[in-house]
Amino acid sequence: MSDVRVAGVGLTSFGNTPERTGRDLFAEASIEAFDDSGVPRDDVEAVLYGNFMGELSEHQGHQGPLMAEAAGVHAPATRYESACASGGMAVREAVKRVRNGENDVLLVGGTERMTNLGTGGATEALAIAADDLWEVRAGMTFPGAYALMAKAYFEEFGGEHEDLAHIAVKNHENAVPNEKAQYRSEIDVADVLEAPQVASPLGLYDSCPISDGAAALVITSESYAEEHDLDAPVAITGSGQGGDRMALQDREYLARSPAARSAGEEAYADADVTADDVDFAEVHDCFTIAEVLALEALDLESTGEGIAAARDGRTTADGDHPINLSGGLKAKGHPVGATGVSQVAEVTSLLRGDHANSDHVADATTALTHNAGGTVASAVVHVLEVVA
Amino acid sequence: MSDVRDAGFDDWLDALESGDPYYLECPEGHGSLPPRRVCLECGATDLEQRPLPDAGELETFTITHVPTPAFEDDAPYATAVADFGPVRVTGQVVGIDLEEVETGLTVEPDVITSETDGERVVAFRPR
Ligand SMILES: [Zn+2]
Repeated sequence: MSDVRVAGVGLTSFGNTPERTGRDLFAEASIEAFDDSGVPRDDVEAVLYGNFMGELSEHQGHQGPLMAEAAGVHAPATRYESACASGGMAVREAVKRVRNGENDVLLVGGTERMTNLGTGGATEALAIAADDLWEVRAGMTFPGAYALMAKAYFEEFGGEHEDLAHIAVKNHENAVPNEKAQYRSEIDVADVLEAPQVASPLGLYDSCPISDGAAALVITSESYAEEHDLDAPVAITGSGQGGDRMALQDREYLARSPAARSAGEEAYADADVTADDVDFAEVHDCFTIAEVLALEALDLESTGEGIAAARDGRTTADGDHPINLSGGLKAKGHPVGATGVSQVAEVTSLLRGDHANSDHVADATTALTHNAGGTVASAVVHVLEVVA
Repeated sequence: MSDVRDAGFDDWLDALESGDPYYLECPEGHGSLPPRRVCLECGATDLEQRPLPDAGELETFTITHVPTPAFEDDAPYATAVADFGPVRVTGQVVGIDLEEVETGLTVEPDVITSETDGERVVAFRPR
């Protein structure tokens, strides 16, 4: 089985650019990824592309071929939709294709245009990742869903809003040197605690922003990379996917993420590593509580202890296992369909040593990405390692 | 929202409004809510309507301050997941000050209409 190499990465700045079309955003990200890889567009055999709310935000379905055009690629193209895990699922499909010998060169990407919808429109669009009949029609929003999980976590394991605030503070701090991040300003615990409530106990600073942005990767087989003498030292060595019931009310656990656990177990086994081997990770922190649930599901923290990880310094930039050195969804931004792809791009740069925060993980060889859809009814995890 | 009914779901709201709420039960005794044709637990396809227990208990809740446009005039409101035994249900907690809502609260199910668009909403009232 061939290693799957990340030959090039590209990201737009994440942020508030309501006038920019999805195709324009993805064109920019893909140009950067091709330039970074040195791979000619003509060699791309397929485009795998993640997007969630294109029908609502741009009145645009069938985005695969549109985005292949935007990237200047003449190849079959498919869109992957799995809510906020759409981008990660596109990456997973690329890994499978290279491994089974179907393809040697793939353009993998994701984009979301969100800010043009406004806060109400974006809140409504995000809500369709939940069960429409039994959750959305009861007035549940996405922040509301994570608030239900946060409250359930506090009830079961303890902890309070102030613990969550440390996660927001950490991720904002990490975003400061990241020029692609949406929020590059430090905040403190008091800012988080005093911010307006969105859905109690979660406030404005517990929530990721509404973002526009795109991410792209040029993925190749090991043999293609070696044959073409590419500078591609990072490989995706493990991939896993997990699932859970759609609605919170039908779940066994309200304060755990079994889908992320099974995705993580599969990815660890696939890469033949354990959680102890993971030097750092990018996890899906759409809300502060989401980072806690992710760390515990991935065995990076014990169950019930993830709440204190940021407060106690285990997950800060100079901690045992830094989490979300990019700034995470919380501060870097969360253009939904781009997020899973951007996590792989950030981890690749961090491992290569060309990221603004690479100095914090100078000796790192193994890292992980975790991308979740909905209230983690879908989860996809990848292990990345330095192999060359 | 279109005028077309959602079979199963709207029927369930009708039943709740007329005081006969139900859940679906498979031969093994697993509960679920309509529209459902296959038991989530065991895959059985012969599901029967059974009376929903009169009382549930709030398992978790949140006060939503930033709603979707469909609930713009309703906010702030309490959304909760209530455990009725064979099934859990998501709804809005009404008939109580928001500050008084707490986990463990015993509730009965009801139907209210959204202040924003008049659509029916599953609700819980303290019992
Ligand atoms: Zn059953």
